[in-house]
Amino acid sequence: MKKLLLELKDASLAAIAQADSVDALENLRVRYLGKKGELTAILKQMGALSERERPVIGQLANELRERLTGAIEARRAALSVKLLEARLRAEKIDVTIPGKPVDIGKKHPLSTVLDEVEEIFADMGFTIAEGPEIEYADYNFTKLNHGEGHPARDRQDTFYFTDDDKILLRTQTSPVQVRVMETQAPPIRVISPGRVYRKDEVDATHSPMFHQIEGLVIDKGITMGDLKGTLNTLLRKLYGERAVTRFRPHHFPFTEPSCEVDVQCFECGGRGCRVCKGEGWIEILGAGMVHPRVLEGCGIDSTAYSGFAFGVGLERLTMRRFDISDLRLIFENDVRFLNQF
Amino acid sequence: MKLSREWLNEFTDIKADTKDYCDAMTLAGSKAEGWENVGAGISGVVVGRILEIVRHENSDHMWICTVDVGQKAALTVVTGAQNVRKGDLVPTAADRATLPGGAAVHAGKLRGVESQGLLCSLKELGLDTHDYPYAIEDGVFVLQEPCKPGDDIKEVLALNDTVVEFEITNNRADCLSVIGLARESAAVFDTALRLHKPVVRGGAGSLSDRLEIAIAEPSLCARYTAKMVRNIRVAPSPAWLRRRLRASGVRPINNIVDITNYVMLEYGQPMHAFDYACVKGGKIIVRRARSGEALKTLDDKARVLTPDMLVIADTRDPIGLAGVMGGGNSEITGRTEMIVFESANFNGTSIRRTAIALGMRTDASGRFEKGLDPMNTVPAVERACELVELLGAGEVLDGTIDAVAAEPKEVTLSLDPERINALLGTDLTRDFMAGVLGKLGFRLEGDTIHVPAFRSDIAHCADIAEEIARFYGYDRIAPTVFRGAATPGGYSPGQKFMRGISAACRGMGFFEVMTYSFGSPNAWDMIRLPADSPLRRAFVIQNPLGEDTSVMRTTALPAMLGVLGTNLAKRNMNVKLFEPATVYLPAEGQALADEQRVLVLGEYGKDADFFALKGCIEALLTGLRIKNVRFEAVSDNPSYHPGRCARISCGERPLGVMGQAHPSAAAEFGLNIPVFTAELSVSALMAGVSGEPSYVPLPRFPAITRDIAVVCDSAVTVAALTESLHEAGGDCLESCRLFDVYTGAGIPEGKRSVAFSLSMRARDQTLTDEHADEIVRLILAKLEKRHGAVIR
Repeated sequence: MKKLLLELKDASLAAIAQADSVDALENLRVRYLGKKGELTAILKQMGALSERERPVIGQLANELRERLTGAIEARRAALSVKLLEARLRAEKIDVTIPGKPVDIGKKHPLSTVLDEVEEIFADMGFTIAEGPEIEYADYNFTKLNHGEGHPARDRQDTFYFTDDDKILLRTQTSPVQVRVMETQAPPIRVISPGRVYRKDEVDATHSPMFHQIEGLVIDKGITMGDLKGTLNTLLRKLYGERAVTRFRPHHFPFTEPSCEVDVQCFECGGRGCRVCKGEGWIEILGAGMVHPRVLEGCGIDSTAYSGFAFGVGLERLTMRRFDISDLRLIFENDVRFLNQF
Repeated sequence: MKLSREWLNEFTDIKADTKDYCDAMTLAGSKAEGWENVGAGISGVVVGRILEIVRHENSDHMWICTVDVGQKAALTVVTGAQNVRKGDLVPTAADRATLPGGAAVHAGKLRGVESQGLLCSLKELGLDTHDYPYAIEDGVFVLQEPCKPGDDIKEVLALNDTVVEFEITNNRADCLSVIGLARESAAVFDTALRLHKPVVRGGAGSLSDRLEIAIAEPSLCARYTAKMVRNIRVAPSPAWLRRRLRASGVRPINNIVDITNYVMLEYGQPMHAFDYACVKGGKIIVRRARSGEALKTLDDKARVLTPDMLVIADTRDPIGLAGVMGGGNSEITGRTEMIVFESANFNGTSIRRTAIALGMRTDASGRFEKGLDPMNTVPAVERACELVELLGAGEVLDGTIDAVAAEPKEVTLSLDPERINALLGTDLTRDFMAGVLGKLGFRLEGDTIHVPAFRSDIAHCADIAEEIARFYGYDRIAPTVFRGAATPGGYSPGQKFMRGISAACRGMGFFEVMTYSFGSPNAWDMIRLPADSPLRRAFVIQNPLGEDTSVMRTTALPAMLGVLGTNLAKRNMNVKLFEPATVYLPAEGQALADEQRVLVLGEYGKDADFFALKGCIEALLTGLRIKNVRFEAVSDNPSYHPGRCARISCGERPLGVMGQAHPSAAAEFGLNIPVFTAELSVSALMAGVSGEPSYVPLPRFPAITRDIAVVCDSAVTVAALTESLHEAGGDCLESCRLFDVYTGAGIPEGKRSVAFSLSMRARDQTLTDEHADEIVRLILAKLEKRHGAVIR
């Protein structure tokens, strides 16, 4: 009988190992372990055994049952993994088919650059000041050291709302700085971005409306070195750590000393090319130390405080950044254009 | 300002190569925009002497010349010019010579005869008869300059100068002159500045009994200086003078005109010459023009003058427009016997306004408008007379009339090295500062700085600091990080809110646009605003570029429709746009505008309809945490479809309006398809944001859902049904979602079926089916009683 069991063990384990489907496995289970199965059949003959043999054979038979049950389960698990793998292989899709469309809009390119500049200054502890676009001439000109006869006041350059030329469309965002200086005690660190207006006919590089970002720092002991340090930081963040800057003297009514800041041409590295018109440098912004007369006019003691101011044209920055050649595209708002940024 | 380096070096010695010169000047504040070499492109052109000239056998108009070019072998050159004679000296371009514009000369056969070069005309050398009045235009340039065969033509004609173009800032009128730039150059390169004091021999009689000057308008003319010259001999100027004018971009005319231009370029002082015979009464009066007075200016145009213009008049009529242009009635002609040189100082603003009003900006007016040095009038007029004598153009009368209406005041400042260093962030010595100021013509007496009269831009210690910084070098000031109390910085709540709105709109597929803040008053008609609409009250620009940009917008709807129209015209098929726009509203009792932010949305295309846009607005409001939002039908907004327009509000606060743009309004913008727009007040949105959310425990008991469909009059709104649902459903009705609205087969005319999915839940226990059924029963009863709605 022991021999029979051993033969059954070898045969059944071999058969289980070779079963290639869940159905075949089930058939084997019935064949060996079922009520009418082969193991059961053998066990039915146990009665013929002696008292001494019966527990030995019984134990052997139980071990075989457990062994077979385990083998069938293991085989079933192996088969189902295979089955899953086969099914997943059959479910293969073409992942290069486009996704289900979801609308996503874009920032206007001017906003992209403006947000970036605002973030740079916000990180440096600047607040963002806003002010009216329809403004008093007093704030736009007089308090910014533009004398009564200053050419910028001419009606051919500036839009006016009143006969007495007292209310106008601001030509710069500097009046916001005046409003800040009049209402806020130093230390002052603000930038004032916004729309400004000048009487220029529309063409590839001109628009009667455009945007400026101006900055103002007022505190004790602010120096021209600080102005250079701050603007270097801005330009390196905008144009990369290796951006080379150049400060050269210039003239603005509300700063003294004044300067213009150039960045070495990215295209030619300063040798001179078409992009920089052979100069090797590209003019980016204007800046200077706030004129003591402007400080005094806003009620700030110019012997105790000093400061610097700077201004940059957002359209210029944006056009340079994205290689946009025609300013008109910026205000035309063709979605094929807007979608590129 | 174009500066000839040859002319510059009359006043100082700058040997630097041009690029270095330009860079150094730029860094000191005189921005060099570029330069060009006079005679650029000319090479291999030499003086040739015509040894022999014979007719070309195969041509009726060509000549074969044997030309001595200073070498052993003479050249054979074929020419078609008819003005060449034996013995003439002519510019000869040999084989492989080059000419301006890149043209190259090659030897070759002309009708069978080998030509070894080209005899050049003026034009071929880049010149014209203004440069060499003795030459002719159509023919070879027969030289009358002292030269010999083989001489390089660039040396002979002095085509070896370099001209640098400077951009001079408005505050530095003194640098619009050779002397001014020489002073800057000498300071930059630390070379000696050689100023010249004009010497006039005179001796041609006295001018005082011939001329009288009266300044009737002292506020507009600070000084008027005049000298006279008799026995005028109008002739071409000498070559050196013509070349300098030419290099400076001024066309040579004749000796008298050229002298006035030369002095203007050299001294920066505009000059004018009148024919004395035309100064009636022998008296020059500087006065305002009389209303309606007319003057024909030198450019032969009749000008009608107004009393805010300053004129130079004789006892009867204007003879010149002060500081802008002379009058044709006193022009120098070949018959002119005696002239008056005017060297005056006029008010810059007045000159600028006159020039603008008459549309005639001239070299003179461009200089006057920047404000000139009144001390310059006398040296300039003396220099002009010196040149008259040098050129033999006439005899100078003794004496000068110098009418001074306003004595210039000398500006003095004190030198405060400590303050200057503090402002610049430098540690410069007083000696260095004194040195810079000295080189620039400032006089230092102890700590007192005497500002020279030509530096009207210097009035403050900060101006002195800039002078010091310019010559120390901006690039040598070390960049530093400013110290001082820390400021928190960052965005205001409003700025953050706007950024949030923008991000949400983009997330829903809307592209940001930016449009002009001003527009046309016609736009109000285009969006069908009634005549008495308050939106027609606007800030109107008095001097607009055109009507299209003449009023500040009170509504951004036209701009949005305009952009949608542009996109449709460009065949962009599905378009969703938003603009955070500012509108400018006149406000009672306030001089400036009430500037309000408005969020404008606009869309058209395949998926665009009222509910698509409404869904986006609802999502936006949900995202912004704006609750209790209502949409109510509006049929009287003239810009919108009367049946497809909703007023949006949050509680009692209006947020804005949305809907389908009125087809007639849309059509005005080229939109012949349905377009949907919304206008939301940003400040109202911000005010509508509910407070910080606080956590509500998640439900522990299951919900029961029931779907119901009722049939009611079509006029009963979903909002009304929903309100009743909630009223009847009480706390247990957690939500109701509309899932179908149906009209058609099975539903009577004028009615519709509306279906809701109800979700019911109790907070403290599992809701029973019986309880849920009871709620539904209450709801249906309410709907029937209030709206006549019956279950379908």
